[in-house]
Amino acid sequence: MLKKIPKKRKVKSKAGGVGEKYILRLFVTGILPNSTRAVVNIKDICEKYLKGRYELEIIDIYQQPALAIEENIIAIPVLIKKLPLPEERLIGDLSDTQSVLEGLNLIS
Amino acid sequence: MRKGRKSKVTKFKFLKSLTGIQGLDDITTGGLPKNRPTLLLGNTGCGKTIMAMEFLVNGITRYNEPGVFMAFEEKADELIVNVKSLGYDLDEYVAKKSMYLEHVRVDSNEKLATGKYDIEGLFVRLGHAIDKIKAKRVVLDSLDTLFYGFDYAILRSEFKRLFSWLKEKNVTAIITAEIGDAFLTRHGLEEYVADCVILLDNRVTNQITTRRLRVVKYRGSLHGNNEYPFIIDEKGITVFPIIAEALQQKSSTRRISSGIKNLDEMLGKKGFFEGSSILISGTAGTGKTSIAAAFVYSACQENRRCLFCAFEEAPNQIIRNMQSIGFSLKPLVESEMLTFYYSRPTLQNLELHFIAIKKLINEIRPAVVVLDPITNLMTEGPNSDIRSMLTRFVDFLKTQHITVMFTAAITVGSIERNPSDEGISSMVDTWMMVQDIEVDAERTRSLCVMKSRGMPHSNEVKKFIISNKGIKLNPIATGKTDSKRVAKENQNLLPQNNL
Repeated sequence: MLKKIPKKRKVKSKAGGVGEKYILRLFVTGILPNSTRAVVNIKDICEKYLKGRYELEIIDIYQQPALAIEENIIAIPVLIKKLPLPEERLIGDLSDTQSVLEGLNLIS
Repeated sequence: MRKGRKSKVTKFKFLKSLTGIQGLDDITTGGLPKNRPTLLLGNTGCGKTIMAMEFLVNGITRYNEPGVFMAFEEKADELIVNVKSLGYDLDEYVAKKSMYLEHVRVDSNEKLATGKYDIEGLFVRLGHAIDKIKAKRVVLDSLDTLFYGFDYAILRSEFKRLFSWLKEKNVTAIITAEIGDAFLTRHGLEEYVADCVILLDNRVTNQITTRRLRVVKYRGSLHGNNEYPFIIDEKGITVFPIIAEALQQKSSTRRISSGIKNLDEMLGKKGFFEGSSILISGTAGTGKTSIAAAFVYSACQENRRCLFCAFEEAPNQIIRNMQSIGFSLKPLVESEMLTFYYSRPTLQNLELHFIAIKKLINEIRPAVVVLDPITNLMTEGPNSDIRSMLTRFVDFLKTQHITVMFTAAITVGSIERNPSDEGISSMVDTWMMVQDIEVDAERTRSLCVMKSRGMPHSNEVKKFIISNKGIKLNPIATGKTDSKRVAKENQNLLPQNNL
């Protein structure tokens, strides 16, 4: 069973705050169904909630296995929120929008 | 036609990959299934990581097979330090690109599931590692760590996929896991994912810890299915198997002198067979150790190396005592013809004694081994255990073509024709009994050959004399004793008789 990430009340007030820039990395494996879905989902969410203040990098570890080692990737797909700190990881195809928004601290 | 078909069948051989681990290759009749995954299960601290590492290092050093080690628990640098004590220099192998070490960190709290996922990331990393060094061997240690980070149901199906993926990759893999969670439980994964399952165990009985190994399953291959004790020391892992080749041992017709001229005469005039097993049983103080010393002394003179395993007296004490009856053992020890192994039986488990002795045998390659006395070992554990251990040990010695002599102390009460010595006598080739008997009111040491397979032997009970010139056997002459004291006493009695 996965534990939900602890709710960080401190960052709550900042959620959705103007000007806070998001740097996201999505690790996928080629065009496998989970990966394809994840790409669509994250693009959707970014456009809806982070318009104009995000950087999204999509990395295919089939092509860049070294990055998988560097970032200690096991589960795929995985979204890593590099900024704002703290770094967070969201595994899965990102279809549970509610959880994604929580994970990205966009809602509390 | 029939012949042709037959030879085809016998030609089929299950491909195996030698582990190079002492004993394990015997139990598995040639190693682990080649290009397939093997599951190594056990609780914490029972030696999974070391066994897996030894498999990998042996692959590199002996069989020219590069290997990948994926560590889920220890960091790479920790692992390197930990196995240094076994003499493995992983840095060197890594530098030579014959080993690839990677730490796969599993964090439990950082992840939030947002939908479907798999552990393809691990596959990618593993595939990358295998391709990088063209690995033939892979270790995943230990896989169940993943349960701390990911969903149980997903992992179960992913593990299945992992095992078949490893097969496709044509690597011989060891996957370690703790018992519980998914393995060896009611819904055990091991049932269908692995072709070979080995179970390690660390057990404490009578305050003595023994590690044991059992091959639970090995698809398509013969394997020993008992529990085998194993040890981990500075030379790595040694498993102590029943030697399957025992029945194929060569039987020698060559003879070896017992070191006692009169005794050789009783044994078809030539002594023991080479490579046979000899038991000397007797009550306390009847001279069992002296017979063993005579044997060892004469074997050394004939240029045969000897190993004397003493479980009662310390070597120095034996040397001193035997000096007094004319066997000078000290020079033999100095010239390394004779080696002593001395240990108190209670110090460690019986199996461990045998393993230690076996190792010593492999090192010094003796022609003669003496265990004095075997009964001291019997204080440990129930007798059936000891018998099976002894049988295995005797089998091992026979395959090595070593002549072995045991001494066994028996109590006076048990002599009455039922002194089967807890059943040891049935597994030895020659059995001799020494005891105190009364001849004309005189306590006399006697010796008789109870059995000696494959040779004519004397049925006579001989008088057994130990003097400073060694050991002699004389016929027991009733009616006249050589003791002056008895003669004198008899004389004193005479006048009374005349009355």
